Amino acid sequence: MTAIECTALSKDFPVGFWRPRPRRALDKLSLQVEAGEIFGFLGHNGAGKTTTLKLLLRLVYPTSGSARILNLPIGDPRLAAQIGYLPETPYFYDYLTCRELLSYYAELSGVPAATRPAAVLSALRRLGMEPHADLSLRKCSKGMLQRVGLAQAIVHQPRVIFLDEPMSGLDPLGRREVRDLMLQLKAEGATIFFSTHILSDAEQICDRVAILHRGRLRGMGRLDELLAEPRPEFEVIWAPLPGRAQPDAWAQSAQLLSQNGQRRSVVAATELWNWLDALRTQGGSLLSVTPLRRSLEEVYFQEAGTTPTPGDVA
Amino acid sequence: MNPIRAVARNTFREAIRDRILFSLLFFAVAMAGAAILFTQMSFAIDAEALINFGLAALTLFGVIIAVFLGNQLVAKEMERRTLYTLLAHPVRRWQFVLGKYAGLLLTLLVNCGLMALAFLLALSYVLHGTHPGESIIAVAFLFIFLQLALVTALALVFSCFSSPVLAAVFSLALFLVGNFTGDLRAMGRVTTHLPAKLLALGCSYLLPNFSDLNVVTAASHFQPVRADWVLFNIGYVVFYAAALLLAACALLAARDLK
Repeated sequence: MTAIECTALSKDFPVGFWRPRPRRALDKLSLQVEAGEIFGFLGHNGAGKTTTLKLLLRLVYPTSGSARILNLPIGDPRLAAQIGYLPETPYFYDYLTCRELLSYYAELSGVPAATRPAAVLSALRRLGMEPHADLSLRKCSKGMLQRVGLAQAIVHQPRVIFLDEPMSGLDPLGRREVRDLMLQLKAEGATIFFSTHILSDAEQICDRVAILHRGRLRGMGRLDELLAEPRPEFEVIWAPLPGRAQPDAWAQSAQLLSQNGQRRSVVAATELWNWLDALRTQGGSLLSVTPLRRSLEEVYFQEAGTTPTPGDVA
Repeated sequence: MNPIRAVARNTFREAIRDRILFSLLFFAVAMAGAAILFTQMSFAIDAEALINFGLAALTLFGVIIAVFLGNQLVAKEMERRTLYTLLAHPVRRWQFVLGKYAGLLLTLLVNCGLMALAFLLALSYVLHGTHPGESIIAVAFLFIFLQLALVTALALVFSCFSSPVLAAVFSLALFLVGNFTGDLRAMGRVTTHLPAKLLALGCSYLLPNFSDLNVVTAASHFQPVRADWVLFNIGYVVFYAAALLLAACALLAARDLK
């Protein structure tokens, strides 16, 4: 079953005050997310990820195209109760406590008054916020606010959860907990659509990813398929024999791995046999040969058609 | 109607926790001071002076609260992006607008109700009891609340498309201008210059009519007012506020929350 479906979804924003001209933020995005998937939406800052989420949540209206969630057109009043949303850098009513905030959102989502306190407590517990349930939100740290934001997104047990940069502001332990939570939610049958520019997070938990660049979809697929595509290179771990001289070129191209002299070289597939012959004749012991797998980072930069620069992705 | 009720309750809670009720303290002190001061004057004018002062102060406090809370109703939620999370839940934009309006009206009702109580205590101190014509005071309270309901609706409309500061300026300006609609209408009737006549009469009917809602002078002289006139003004405010709320709902519904 398809949980989320976008068909040629586009959005223009007017730019300029006196003579506003349209600037395309999202260009004919078409994608499908299957029910029960964790779908990663990757892209640089400004690629159109947040705009897509806002379009799906009807916070902004599409210039053209359409979208359906759970087989209902977006904007259908029956849909909102089945959706959870965590905005990027969430802000909340800081005059409320964590418990009051979740209770408010649970009430808005139609959680009955009788079961509301238990639902609130359960959501806080899942995010490790139970001890801080009665802490005022204005006293919460950034990481705690992120957890409260996640708790409000799941308090009403939605079937589809949209998370905009859910790991932002969290320490490594918090990020792992959020990843575990997402996997738990998936096991419970929820569909998770999350945007991120932290590729390692996406690589660890996503079933499929889509890569967005300057408002255009540049690639999409199952993570195992994208990463399984062979790279025409091999990783060779080797060590020089004691007392035997090594050619300089080898020492320069190899990366020293350990104190006992183990080295790592990356060798093109076409050169592999020649390289191994040379290793054998010139004195070296072969420890392992492994075909190299593409990383998500390589896939991302290839699909986005860019080269990595510092700060692009983590 | 649940989302409207929930949003209204939260708006009320925000106002209370923002210590809006501290304004009551200032009002109560002002009333006590005025009562003591005016009893030093002759009996003939002390009640009149207190009623003029008390009702004007009540209006002023109420309008300040209505404008400065009303102008933030939508703008602040957009500025702080709390609206994004809220509207991702099953809350329609019109429900949000109505909930915000109802929450602020409830805040004003409680606030002004308590201020009115302080005023009545001061008045009974000055009058050494009650006055047979005191029912006009109740009408004055009702009319002040009607003015506040209208100011809040104005602030809400401006809050949907401008910054909180501009919304406050626009709302206060319309409140002030609206207090002169009676004069504007009279001017339109006497002038013979047709364009000026049309402009004056047009503006006097289009602008919110706060001048008819001001019964402070009648109240200070304990002059009764006609029941049909009271009902007409209630109807006027209900329709005018409904039109403004409709405009606010339409403005917010059409807006991209970037």
